[in-house]
Amino acid sequence: MEPFVRLTGVAAPLLMDDINTDQVSPATTAFEPDYAALLFSRWRVEPDFVLNRKQFQSARILVAGKNFGCGSSRESAVWALAAFGIRCVVARSFGDMFRDNVLKNGLLPVALDDATAEEFEREAVAADGRATFTVNLETQSIAAPSGWVFHFPIGPADRNALLRGLDDIGLTLEHGKEIERWEERTRSTAPWAQSLPA
Amino acid sequence: MTTTLFDKVWNAHVAGRRSDGRDLVYMDRHVLHELHGPHAFARLAATGRTLRRPDLTFGVLDHALATTPGRDEFTNPAGAPFTSAMRAASGKHGFRLFDVHDAEQGIGHVVAPELGLVLPGTTYACPDSHACTVGAVGAIAFACGTTELEHVLATQVMALRKPLQMNVILEGTLAPGIGAKDVILDVIRRLGIDGARGFAVEFSGPVVDALSIEARLTLCNMTIEMGARTGFVAPDEKTFAWLAGRRYAPRGADWDAAVLRWRSVHSDDGATFDRTVVVDCSALDHMITWGTNPAHTIAVSGLVPDPQASPVEQRPGMQRALTYMGLTPGMPIEDLPIDRVFIGSCTNARIEDLEVAATLARGRTVAPNVRAIVVPGSSAVKREAEARGLDAIFRAAGFEWHESGCSMCAGANGDLAATGQRCVATSNRNFENRQGPGVRTHLASPAVAAAAALTGRITDPRRILAEV
Repeated sequence: MEPFVRLTGVAAPLLMDDINTDQVSPATTAFEPDYAALLFSRWRVEPDFVLNRKQFQSARILVAGKNFGCGSSRESAVWALAAFGIRCVVARSFGDMFRDNVLKNGLLPVALDDATAEEFEREAVAADGRATFTVNLETQSIAAPSGWVFHFPIGPADRNALLRGLDDIGLTLEHGKEIERWEERTRSTAPWAQSLPA
Repeated sequence: MTTTLFDKVWNAHVAGRRSDGRDLVYMDRHVLHELHGPHAFARLAATGRTLRRPDLTFGVLDHALATTPGRDEFTNPAGAPFTSAMRAASGKHGFRLFDVHDAEQGIGHVVAPELGLVLPGTTYACPDSHACTVGAVGAIAFACGTTELEHVLATQVMALRKPLQMNVILEGTLAPGIGAKDVILDVIRRLGIDGARGFAVEFSGPVVDALSIEARLTLCNMTIEMGARTGFVAPDEKTFAWLAGRRYAPRGADWDAAVLRWRSVHSDDGATFDRTVVVDCSALDHMITWGTNPAHTIAVSGLVPDPQASPVEQRPGMQRALTYMGLTPGMPIEDLPIDRVFIGSCTNARIEDLEVAATLARGRTVAPNVRAIVVPGSSAVKREAEARGLDAIFRAAGFEWHESGCSMCAGANGDLAATGQRCVATSNRNFENRQGPGVRTHLASPAVAAAAALTGRITDPRRILAEV
């Protein structure tokens, strides 16, 4: 996974609550879809949709309301954001599985409390894609073009995994022996759990 | 020391703890589908890793398969690569795939309980947000994305942080004809679509006790629609009786030992939850959604709400939903003309659901201009329905009788409605564009959906049954 340390880019405001992953990446019948084109594809048919505006076509940051990424656990939502160029989503809160999927792909989810979010949203709207924001994960801060610096919380484990680009599966495989021991124990206490009828 | 059901199952499945504080929770069974499986297997191959426990892993074909009568894997050509990738992975890694013509084919969340692949007190992984369905038998299900799926394939565990715990106590007695779908829509309406985010939800109380296992599957199915990753019901004698003799359930002495163990899979008296919600269901009516998320729910006899009378932060979303759905505040939802009816999905396509719909359809006719389809949740449900003659009832009434699959719930197999059409669906998501661009979806029970098919309008099913 590519480490996330710092990011400078345009922030696109999509200030709606409860945007579900069906909107972020609509169901497609394609085996290998064009993920960048898939991003918000049903909403992008509207010419004035935020990501269709010229200054947001290279956006690196997406700003949304509460409960962003609720609904389906489809990881294509994150792949679509990443393919478009988004590496950081700022919102008031996130759907649980979407947030997990974001972290596993090396994107940064920033959840702001309502008061801070309100200020940040105002900054994003005022900047209107004409100036960039700089996200710094080490200092857990985002510098707005106005000079205002926003601080955001993130758990130390998530922060560390992003900064170092850790391989999630690799981390778990270090515990292979413990998993084997768990299976061994279960074979004696509940054999049916480890062995299905033929 | 009192313990919740969730704590008991979680603690019994923690195989280790990672340096980042995540618990390694062992997954007793893993069922994956063709939409997400292929990508995870491709990445597994790319990283040189293997499938750790093919004997605990099962594959289903549900999302991308056509459901038109007589279908095969090529009927929906776009779905064929998904199917062939699953077959290749099954051949390479040696896990069992319930293929298109297998007797066990069906929607994963319907097939897994039906085959006894989910059991009380066990854990269950599935790369689909409606994995929570199977919590109905007292299992703890964990939905996931593709990377997590790959993680489970390689390790048989998920690296998780323990969620908070919520008890939703359903009090009272349901009125005749009111079912689990009405209950869960009402609970979501009360809690909101993020009301249970971060929680594992245990459903309990007299209403739950009285529900059949199939109805509990409907109840748990929509836990994700209030933001919770998992929802479940403590197993009882009904659960054990329902699971006994199923294909992959323990047998003989194993069964006896398992049931003995399962009797302790419940929250102890006095166990504490981070949040407890009590809902009295006695006055509950037939429910239906008016808007574009499952919390946008009202009674079939109710009025479309007015954003101006709602909390200010909800108004923009409600206004957008009203516009999308083509509704005006204050109008009755009943008698609204509809174009399509979908009876199917992991929410409401088991045999009891089809029985309810068939009771209404028997001897009646689908309204002109309405296209109504019935899609059984599994091939086993389809066979059972045909043995009971339900297919004949549906066909005679003018419903289409389909093969099993996700169909119009996920829209990933091309089963979509046309732009601007209004569809009453027994599925779980009424999101914008979910059933096709510009399609207006109203979620409801099989009874309400069948009634709508017959009148061509949103209808209280009691009006149909009262006709002589």
